[in-house]
Amino acid sequence: MGEEREVLLLKGNEAIAHAAIRCGCDGYFGYPITPQSEVLETLAALKPWETTGMVVLQAESEVASINMLYGAGGSGKRAMTSSSSPGVALMQEGIGYMAGAEVPGLIVNVQRGGPGLGTIQPSQSDYNQATRGGGNGDYNVIVLAPASVQEMADFVDLAFELAFRYRNPAMILSDGVIGQMMEKVVLPPYKPRRTEEEIAQECPWAANGHGLKNRKPNVITSLELESSVMEVRNLHLQEKYRQIAENEVRYEENGCDDCDYAIVAFGSAARISQKAVDTARKKGYKIGIFRPITLWPFPEKEIARLSEHVKGILVVEINAGQMVFDVRAAVNGRIPVEHFGRLGGIVPDPDEIVQALEERFIHRK
Amino acid sequence: MTREEIIRPENEVYRKPALMNDVGMHYCPGCSHGVVHKLIAEVIEEMGMAEKTIGISPVGCAVFAYRYIDIDWQEAAHGRAPALATACKRLWPDRLVFTYQGDGDLACIGTAETIHALNRGENITIIFINNAIYGMTGGQMAPTTLIGMKTATCPYGRDIHLHGFPLKMTEIAATLDGTAYVTRQSVDTVAAIRKAKKAIRHAFENSMQGKGSNLIEFVSTCSSGWKKSPVEANKWMQEHMFQYYHLGDLKDK
Repeated sequence: MGEEREVLLLKGNEAIAHAAIRCGCDGYFGYPITPQSEVLETLAALKPWETTGMVVLQAESEVASINMLYGAGGSGKRAMTSSSSPGVALMQEGIGYMAGAEVPGLIVNVQRGGPGLGTIQPSQSDYNQATRGGGNGDYNVIVLAPASVQEMADFVDLAFELAFRYRNPAMILSDGVIGQMMEKVVLPPYKPRRTEEEIAQECPWAANGHGLKNRKPNVITSLELESSVMEVRNLHLQEKYRQIAENEVRYEENGCDDCDYAIVAFGSAARISQKAVDTARKKGYKIGIFRPITLWPFPEKEIARLSEHVKGILVVEINAGQMVFDVRAAVNGRIPVEHFGRLGGIVPDPDEIVQALEERFIHRK
Repeated sequence: MTREEIIRPENEVYRKPALMNDVGMHYCPGCSHGVVHKLIAEVIEEMGMAEKTIGISPVGCAVFAYRYIDIDWQEAAHGRAPALATACKRLWPDRLVFTYQGDGDLACIGTAETIHALNRGENITIIFINNAIYGMTGGQMAPTTLIGMKTATCPYGRDIHLHGFPLKMTEIAATLDGTAYVTRQSVDTVAAIRKAKKAIRHAFENSMQGKGSNLIEFVSTCSSGWKKSPVEANKWMQEHMFQYYHLGDLKDK
């Protein structure tokens, strides 16, 4: 087990697998689906159960995967699953139970186009599902949106840290572009899996029997039939979400200080938009780019500030317009906010983004 | 003779297992759940596994099993208990992991999770309470409802042309190579209760010895759902349920 960092050329999906083993992940449970199957395939080939002791299991369905994640997280273990859009749709019940029972865990969604079986080509059309909870009840999942293979690797450990700090499911919302493309990636040194004592210390709430003689039994559940108690429990969750929103917003800005117009985009759309910004700047347009890294919590205050010194915002997403509503809510009518997107698995071209900027803002009469 | 004179260690003939607490049970009079709960608590205690047990409770009448037995529990979504148990056992191999599921949970909505956990040979025990009805939601038809039996959703009796046949999950489980011990028990008599306890102990020991999956079906009563007195329900079970769900070991590797 190397103490050193390692530099490799990897697909985004492969980077997720390598990062999981290196960050002390205890278990992976998943089911094949394009375009994310390399996560499970890589783990199966790397055989971490022989080195770190990490469990890797191909489940019978995404429904089973997410419930394995619930069981693992409920016992205090660092566990993860990965899937793509239709599979993540199937997981919503389990994610909701995890949120309700405050069970930490990591879900990776390498998005593809929908609705239904849709297409295997990239998309960002699960934004609403990811940032609004996705299942029944009032809850939120912490959502991180990587825009590079490096971030695919880096966000695995970050997602686990956040999930356990707040006892909440966390999601890496990626897509077929980031999952399938290859880039140089710096992998972190191996971090050992936590011992039973360390788990007991970090997760005194976990249901694993540890130290039962000296405490009350731990019960992981989202059920409460007494409404007055259930309301208190919901208020506790809402307070927790407020704390997450206060402390965990992450974003990146480029060229926003002196720009006339700004693009707001996340994940692969942000990468493509960066290229569009470079082209636009060469043409003499002052364009900046703002990239939300956490989609929930959303960088609402930061976008509100941005709207105070730009003339308009173009929201670029590979969907029919989902994040644009969060941007409009943040901007609160101060400036025009337009959307540009492609659908059905089509990835937008940087030139069409520049054209959209020209048509909707720069050349608008 | 005073009360104090009677309550002496040498006079003790029965003791409630220490893992059972004094919380009032929500189960109806005549229900099998309470007896099976007690047997599980006794076996965990006798095996000295209280600090090393993870119980997975279902959705159904036993959803509150965690209120009555003082061990660590996780409450699963409807049908998903075997998936939770799979992860718990794989990540905590020295723990005793069992699920407790009803017929709607195990034989209907959770059929896939149940069959695949058993088929993988997960070193867990599945306790399966089969009372041929959905008790918690008010007596609707279950996959195990007997032919002709009346429930809230088959008020004229289960009709095979409309609803198919009662599902024998335990027979299916016995055909799976991953299972070590598959048995059908009941708690309708004192002798049956004693046998049932031995079955639970055997299954739990198998799971700790890594022999594979274990399934114990308990053919059970639901006096409220069946609209019978506890005594009538027990008799009806013996006369009707046992005819279709034959008691005994189906597999013991």
